[in-house]
Amino acid sequence: MNWLQAMRQWLDQRLGVGSALREAMFHRVPRSSASWFYVFGSSAFILLILQVVTGVLLALVYVPSGAQAWDSLEVLNHSITLGWFLRAVHGWGGEFMVAVVLLHMVQVFLFGAYKYPREFNWITGVFLLLFTLGMAFTGQVLRFDQDAYWGLGIGASITGRVPVIGAPLVHLLLGGPIIAGDTLSRFFDLHVFILPALLLGLVGVHLLMVLKLGINEWPMPGRVVRRETYLKGYEELVEKDGVPFVPDGIWKDMIAAALVLSAVLVCAAVLGPFGPRGEPDPTIIHTLPRPDFFFLWIFALLALLPPQMETPVILIAPIIVIGLLLLLPFFAGEGEKSWRRRPVSVMSVLLIAIALGTLTQLGDVAPWSPVMSAWSGDPVPASYLQGRTPLERQGALVFQGKQCRNCHALGGAGGKRGPALDEVAVRMTQDQLIRQVLQGGGNMPAYGKNLSPAEVTALVAFLETLHPAGQQPARNAALAGEQ
Amino acid sequence: MSESNEISRRGALIILGVLLNGVVGLFFAIPLVGYLLSAIERRRSYTAWVTLGPLSQFPTGQTRLAKFANPLRRPWDGETADIPCWVRCTSRQRFQVFAIDCAHLGCPVRWFPQSQLFMCPCHGGVYYADGSVAAGPPPRGLFQYQYRIASGQLLIKAGELPTLSTYQAMQPGQPGGVNP
Repeated sequence: MNWLQAMRQWLDQRLGVGSALREAMFHRVPRSSASWFYVFGSSAFILLILQVVTGVLLALVYVPSGAQAWDSLEVLNHSITLGWFLRAVHGWGGEFMVAVVLLHMVQVFLFGAYKYPREFNWITGVFLLLFTLGMAFTGQVLRFDQDAYWGLGIGASITGRVPVIGAPLVHLLLGGPIIAGDTLSRFFDLHVFILPALLLGLVGVHLLMVLKLGINEWPMPGRVVRRETYLKGYEELVEKDGVPFVPDGIWKDMIAAALVLSAVLVCAAVLGPFGPRGEPDPTIIHTLPRPDFFFLWIFALLALLPPQMETPVILIAPIIVIGLLLLLPFFAGEGEKSWRRRPVSVMSVLLIAIALGTLTQLGDVAPWSPVMSAWSGDPVPASYLQGRTPLERQGALVFQGKQCRNCHALGGAGGKRGPALDEVAVRMTQDQLIRQVLQGGGNMPAYGKNLSPAEVTALVAFLETLHPAGQQPARNAALAGEQ
Repeated sequence: MSESNEISRRGALIILGVLLNGVVGLFFAIPLVGYLLSAIERRRSYTAWVTLGPLSQFPTGQTRLAKFANPLRRPWDGETADIPCWVRCTSRQRFQVFAIDCAHLGCPVRWFPQSQLFMCPCHGGVYYADGSVAAGPPPRGLFQYQYRIASGQLLIKAGELPTLSTYQAMQPGQPGGVNP
């Protein structure tokens, strides 16, 4: 072992980082912080390294050209040995990275770690989150398929809503007048050079500050942070009840990292790479553009916002949210750290998590989208046609042929944009049905111009049969005497 | 005395160094910013008249998918430089040419001739045959290209992805995109 020691000495004489390294490794951390709750940051860092490594390897084959990017991904998937696996690891690594960064953020928030004197650590963390999300979005663009193409279209449309400078901003975003090769090139630039450089640099600052200021101690209810006393108290705590980071703290980080990495590898091996889906050919309009998992909530939000609120919310809400995150340590820099004494914080996290979760689930189902193939793909349930008159059956044909099914479900199949019509006759009288079909309203198009009177008669006759066996259809009470 | 003089002399040199680099940096910044902003072209220079094919392809009373080669294209654009649009022939030699991009957030709208509706697959925007909003979140009707007819061909003025702001830039003075 002597030669190893000699080599280390030789290196240290020339590099001179030995003492700094030792200091970093053996610095004392509060015993309570050597906890399983404190592993998310290091796991996120390991995932970042994984992304760098797999990204560099993918760049051996990937061609950042509008004409060839998609083909090169197909080659990676099918022709290069284990190319599919590298793509899968990079894709799943990205998903895990976003998830772990979010977990890290929630933990830091609930443990009050953003409070004095670690405000700047929180601020760099907010930017690290934004850059991570930026990597996720630009990565989705680099998978230059239909989803990427139309995702860029959505990005451009949102940018186009900026007042006054909207048009130049759209051109700047796309690198020209349309989504094309130059667009891909600039997202490649962002994904491969700019954002990784920012991420790695900022992670360095983020880590350095953890070393300088010390890791947050386990928050105890009642132990209140005050600017005057905190630093002294922390020093005493570390002195009295501190343990060296290596080995007392790091082993948990290492085990967590190994677990996270194996989860990525298992997901990659079992579930495979993400796409690419269809070719980025805009003339193939039979497509169903959907964003990646972590952007589904935005997709849902954009469908559900009232139209008049849309532009203000899209343009102003991100500024407010990011501003609030950045300012958080300044208006809550002192006080209780423990989540047990911070009900508003806990409720906020829960509320945001539930909202994002609900929106993500909705974005996955997308009940607001017409089901484009329902009219030709989902037949009217046979029981709805048995014993019906020819007119009523003709109405069922109109119902299918005019794409009503794309928005209205029958027997559980069809669109969810409008209400399911299995029991519509109970809700609406004949007159109301006719009016609704002809004039539309309530977010339904008017079909007056597109249906002949005979078609309307048949359609309404069919709709009037749609009620449960034991329940009478609705009737006009004003006309009750005449019937 | 001499010592303080020496310090101020060094201080001056540092200031000189900062100034010099500042000036050089500024001069370099000008071409750098110019290069970065080069994608922002002057209005209308992106658009040009392109053909959608002979009029016979667009029978009266029908709405058909057409495509055109974007006037500005790079060799590495591949399929992305072929842009689709919907052509509606209302009567002999009268047309409406709609952009494929939903006015809401740009997804490709699909034409259903049976119900005479355009439907968007993303957020549920629906338009009537004339491009006006029928349902859903779109803030305006479908974007329309200017068209003209020359030697039996249908031409449109195209070249830009239409969004709420670029569409205005595409057709100054014609907010509705109505044809002459």
